[in-house]
Amino acid sequence: MIIVVASGKGGTGKTTVATSLALTLMQLAREGLLGGTKVKFGDCDVEEPNAALFLKPRLSQREEVSLPIPRVDPALCTYCGRCAQVCQYHAIAVVAKKVLVFPELCHGCGSCTLECPEGAIQEVPHVIGIVEKGRVGSMAFAHGLLDIGAPAAPPIIRRVKSWLIADEKDPVVILDAPPGTSCPVVQSLRGADYALMVTEPTPFGLHDLALAVEVARGELSLPVGVVINRDGIGDQGVDDYCRAERIPILMRIPMDRRIAEAYSRGEPLVTALPEYRGRFVALYEAICEEVSP
Amino acid sequence: MKQLVILSGKGGTGKTSIAACFAHLASAERRIVLADADVDAANLELVLSPRKVEQHRFVSGKEAVIDGALCIACGRCAEVCRFGAIAARDGVYTVDPIACEGCASCYYQCPAEAIALQDRRSGLWFRSETRFGMLFHAHLFAGQENSGKLVTMVKQQATLWGVEHGADYVIVDGPPGIGCPVIAACSGADLALLVVEPTISGVHDLERILATTRHFRVPAAVVVNKHDINPDRTAEIAHYCAKETVPLVGRIPFDTAVTEAMVHGEPITAYDATRAVSQDLKRTWRALRDTLEAR
Repeated sequence: MIIVVASGKGGTGKTTVATSLALTLMQLAREGLLGGTKVKFGDCDVEEPNAALFLKPRLSQREEVSLPIPRVDPALCTYCGRCAQVCQYHAIAVVAKKVLVFPELCHGCGSCTLECPEGAIQEVPHVIGIVEKGRVGSMAFAHGLLDIGAPAAPPIIRRVKSWLIADEKDPVVILDAPPGTSCPVVQSLRGADYALMVTEPTPFGLHDLALAVEVARGELSLPVGVVINRDGIGDQGVDDYCRAERIPILMRIPMDRRIAEAYSRGEPLVTALPEYRGRFVALYEAICEEVSP
Repeated sequence: MKQLVILSGKGGTGKTSIAACFAHLASAERRIVLADADVDAANLELVLSPRKVEQHRFVSGKEAVIDGALCIACGRCAEVCRFGAIAARDGVYTVDPIACEGCASCYYQCPAEAIALQDRRSGLWFRSETRFGMLFHAHLFAGQENSGKLVTMVKQQATLWGVEHGADYVIVDGPPGIGCPVIAACSGADLALLVVEPTISGVHDLERILATTRHFRVPAAVVVNKHDINPDRTAEIAHYCAKETVPLVGRIPFDTAVTEAMVHGEPITAYDATRAVSQDLKRTWRALRDTLEAR
């Protein structure tokens, strides 16, 4: 089962919920209460990955992620301009007797390579970031890191996910998604079994929650549940919305300065306040119930 | 005309709340134009209660569509697609519009010319009046790509309007992260204000967003929001800024009245000007304005 923790708005507590849920499940697995199911964690916020600051994994593998970008052989090129004509991203241009490639615009689709009538284009890897893999206790961990100045996060997110999900039969995978509602979020949510939305009960939180639900439930047809964080601040908007949209509120975490302080130190919620463990067990049970009632 | 962009790396550090306060404070002394560059999750409008004056469709990129009547089910399209967007079910090939990146590889490779490229309606952008000045903002449709292009569009429109109407400042509320929409938001800015919270992730993300603004040669300044949540980390940020020679232009205290003001659709500086948090925001704005003017 793949559970993606998303939110729309940034800073609502995705990482807090994802890390504590994962640590709780890891402990359940250790106690033999998960029936042999493995627990895995992936940080899909490759622009600003923070889960490792809380989980402190021992990283053992590292791999570069690259896109295949065109390299033109000047000996074969006739400067016909076909490559520039077919490229939808303006990533390749033919200027007089020169072909210019703009790696930061290239999606690595390979269309120019296929279309070149002279077979003058070869593809070479262009590194856009890295993925790292390791362990947190008995839990597999992976995250990615987009290079500074590189625009495209989705290929790295794809790699984080394939790295975690490929080798095992039906583990529980917790994925921490980036904020927003565009392609990096879609890439994180694709193939998931459940979208857990962490929000705060404010107009900003509600506005962005509704957009994120539109992506997860509307576009990807995923079941969705909500965690209200910093419960008690703001207003009733999120409660009213969830009732109207028939979205279950699976957990409420009150506004508590101790939680904010533990976060600022890099301490997971269930480590700082162990009394939350039972509530994360209940959260997991509620999600299982939602996925297969 | 100077352009200020407000960024953070990490989401939810208070970019929009601070941008709204600056809009309030700046508009009292100068002519400003506002741009909400967080097109994924645009929130500035929630505090500024804008009145929409113009609405435009944003069409960006293409998506492939297979004509079932012409398709000979050879599978070439699925073979060349590198985004896993084409699959056959019961021998019928279809495109998953969410996975399709509009590269047109399949369109050119299809031997039966059964594939068409259609425009992707990616979102809307608006020009709206607010009590602090004109606001340019947008709504990217759920799950769409090209948020960077929509950010560029919003900023371009705001800048054009600003030049035409003699604005002194363009204030841009940026998106979180360091990827394409952030790069688009940074582009052409005179100064980037980096909003950071004194948390372990805030400090980590500050380093990455500062590296990004430097990569694109945009000068930066830092403000610490909710500085009193962790005084040690605030000191660490101050030390880091000094070491990196980035001006630290303000420290804003944690105050639940900021959320209360948001619920009432007001920036805190307008909602309760006498509070300490409002006074600190005012001081921060003045320091920032002086830094901006010095550029």
